[in-house]
Amino acid sequence: MRESMEFDVVIVGAGPAGLATACRLMQLAQDNDQELSVCVVEKGSEVGAHILSGAVIESRALDELFPDWKAMGAPLHTAVTKDEVYLLTSATAGKCLPNALVPKTMHNQGNYIVSLGNLCRWLAEQAEGLGVEVFPGFAAAEILYHEDGSVKGIATGDMGIGVDGEQTANYMEGMELHAKYTVFAEGCRGHLGKQLIAEFGLDTEADAQHYAIGFKELWQVPEEKHQPGLVVHGTGWPLQGGTSGGFFLYHLDNNEVVVGLIVDLNYSNPWLSPFDEFQRLKHHPVLAQHLEGGSRISYGARAITKGGFNTLPKMSFPGGLLVGCNAGTLNFSKIKGTHTAMKSGMVAAETLFDALSNSEGARAELTEYANRFADSWVYDELFRARNFGPALHKFGPILGGAFNFIDQNLFAGKLPITLHDRSADHTHLVPADQAMQIKYPKPDGKLSFDKLSSVFISNTNHEENQPCHLRLKDPELPIRDNLPTYAEPAQRYCPAGVYEVVEEGGQARFQINAQNCIHCKTCDIKDPAQNITWVVPEGGGGPNYPNM
Amino acid sequence: MKILVCVKRVIDYNVKVRVKADQSDVDLTNVKMALNPFCEIAVEEAVRLKEQGKADEVVVVSIGPKAVQEQLRTALALGADRAIQIETEAAPEALNTAKLLAKVVEQEQPGLVLMGKQSIDSDNNQTGQMLAALIGAPQATFAYSLELDAEQVVVTREVDGGLKTLALKLPAVVTTDLRLNEPRYVKLPDIMKAKKKPLAVETPDGLGVALKQHQTVLKVEAPGQRQAGIRVDSVDALLDKLKNEAKVI
Ligand SMILES: Cc1cc2nc3c(=O)[nH]c(=O)nc-3n(C[C@H](O)[C@H](O)[C@H](O)COP(=O)(O)OP(=O)(O)OC[C@H]3O[C@@H](n4cnc5c(N)ncnc54)[C@H](O)[C@@H]3O)c2cc1C
Ligand code: SF4
Repeated sequence: MRESMEFDVVIVGAGPAGLATACRLMQLAQDNDQELSVCVVEKGSEVGAHILSGAVIESRALDELFPDWKAMGAPLHTAVTKDEVYLLTSATAGKCLPNALVPKTMHNQGNYIVSLGNLCRWLAEQAEGLGVEVFPGFAAAEILYHEDGSVKGIATGDMGIGVDGEQTANYMEGMELHAKYTVFAEGCRGHLGKQLIAEFGLDTEADAQHYAIGFKELWQVPEEKHQPGLVVHGTGWPLQGGTSGGFFLYHLDNNEVVVGLIVDLNYSNPWLSPFDEFQRLKHHPVLAQHLEGGSRISYGARAITKGGFNTLPKMSFPGGLLVGCNAGTLNFSKIKGTHTAMKSGMVAAETLFDALSNSEGARAELTEYANRFADSWVYDELFRARNFGPALHKFGPILGGAFNFIDQNLFAGKLPITLHDRSADHTHLVPADQAMQIKYPKPDGKLSFDKLSSVFISNTNHEENQPCHLRLKDPELPIRDNLPTYAEPAQRYCPAGVYEVVEEGGQARFQINAQNCIHCKTCDIKDPAQNITWVVPEGGGGPNYPNM
Repeated sequence: MKILVCVKRVIDYNVKVRVKADQSDVDLTNVKMALNPFCEIAVEEAVRLKEQGKADEVVVVSIGPKAVQEQLRTALALGADRAIQIETEAAPEALNTAKLLAKVVEQEQPGLVLMGKQSIDSDNNQTGQMLAALIGAPQATFAYSLELDAEQVVVTREVDGGLKTLALKLPAVVTTDLRLNEPRYVKLPDIMKAKKKPLAVETPDGLGVALKQHQTVLKVEAPGQRQAGIRVDSVDALLDKLKNEAKVI
């Protein structure tokens, strides 16, 4: 028998969604003089270690959660001072779009440039101050169910299991955390969220979810190049041939600049390497002028749930809720998911608190959450943005962009049509011999770098002696099917060089360097056969991002 | 018997260290910090001795700003009974550290002081030795295994190419090496219990120690960039390169 602990609410994931849920719950308990036991488990070695985001954020949700956040010292130090949007037309040319031509949702006055990792660290401190137990280094590995099929809680993973699956001297059994309600806030493509969606058929009425992979680097630039508050966005080169995406470059405080590229995962060319697209992008003069003379501090990547309104699954099931990007609350017309993730968590907390106060509630399904969510501004915001992604997918960046301009600026997202995009991202790859091979330039070691030296500065570590956390349903499939048909795209879409096809005695072998995994979840999304399942490794493993 | 374990908050071993642009120090902003691995081994050893009934109290002490309380809580979650923080702005240099610890030893009167052989940030490997000298206690460094009874501690140490076993009269100072034990994973209920264990805060003034500066850091430099390797076609080509380019044979 595993040991167990009881809580009123267990929250999986210390991202903005999970932490906002925790803080709001405790605030309500304090306001109503009630005792509540709430804990948050986080797979990163510390809060923020696995958080990677842009991030230009809207403070709307934070304003509601902690109206005094400024006085309380929340790390929102850099207000946006200038917004630039570019269309890159070639490796050297680009146009700065006049403000009037940019969809309204892409304007950033009043927003802040932050490190989401640091914001989460701050939110975790507030949560602990309010009495929440925050447990970094513990991954929720398994969903626990009651006999009636409702969710009972989660179990943390066993520690100290060797590569061979046997217990080592340091073996420690996982723990069961039981709760009246369990909130899943794992972010994009949650490993348990994915199981819940399947188990309870939460997405039967939604369009197929869509994803992107987002790369990010943190740079230190010379003082004279630093323009705190500058926000640069753009699209176009180097992405081509129906591959959509866009870049960002923000100037934070302390001479820090972040640069990143988001590539939609419905791309069709198996030769595409999102990592190499990002590396060459930095050589474009529009970006290079900000980075030259600087040095790179950190690197990472993370998938983004971008389907929006039409793809939102049902967010409640007996015994729990899905919140934030685990459900898919990101507003892709703004590329912002932090404020909506937080708000979805706060609405969840309010629903949970009422249910817990009316004690008969435990285990029942909180269908009330859907009503409250529909009444909140997140719903309204996501509804208005519902056509943005599908328009780009359907009409391409130029016509789709025009559609979005009309829809967002002239009709404020209320154009009375809804576009749908129902095909899943992994179904879009065409066979390698029908696609154009892409020759990427060699990194110069100044602006662009290779994968290994990049992963090196994500401070990634996994206990070596543990079973591989990237599970293949069919271990033969990569070499038997993916290699001949798609030239095994995992070698290129994985941002950490985890997957390699190596030659051994004239035979190809699929090698998984699981220690390098930065937990972006792209392989779980993009494998054309859906053959790869990402499961949580031993708690604490993965990247150790600084202020990402 | 009471065991005193001295622990330090250091940059996490997974973090790739960066030198500040002005070369004054390593950049610690936004960097993950952790319990020094050798100190963690010392805590584990003390807790094991307590579990074996050879000690009845494990006290942990750390010197530094409020943030070191995080590492003290980790030590408490591993099984220590109570903690002492000596509040200073930054981690003091080794001799000051040893002087402060000597005062704690005087107050607490432990039978055994356990500490890491060195901290992975400054790599000084001095504090244990200095402390032993200041309190006039016998010392054994680089402990590989340890047997404790009421009168003495028998320590096997790792020395160049072999092992050496020493017996020390108590009270004694022992510093730990990597192979002494493998620290346990912390359990969730123990993390919750650790929050409730006592943690006292002291100051150098309160202990009557004046911190003196004995050294100045002139410069901190990153190691030189390693050149990328190349693949050679034959043994002859390799020999040629080693002889004529690298000039090592
Ligand atoms: C490159 C990039 C740029 C972005 N730019 C912006 C921007 O400019 N503005 C903006 O508002 N948004 C931006 N976003 C989106 C934003 O980061 C997300 O919408 C937001 O982080 C979602 O919050 P969340 O709490 O739902 O999930 P996450 O932030 O992903 O947090 C989930 C947490 O749960 C933990 N976890 C997951 N599974 C488990 C498990 N099984 N057990 C324990 N812990 C677990 C994870 O380690 C993580 O800490 C960007 C995203 C990316 C990738
Ligand atoms: S193995 Fe999968 S989850 Fe890990 S870094 Fe690669 S693509 Fe991302």
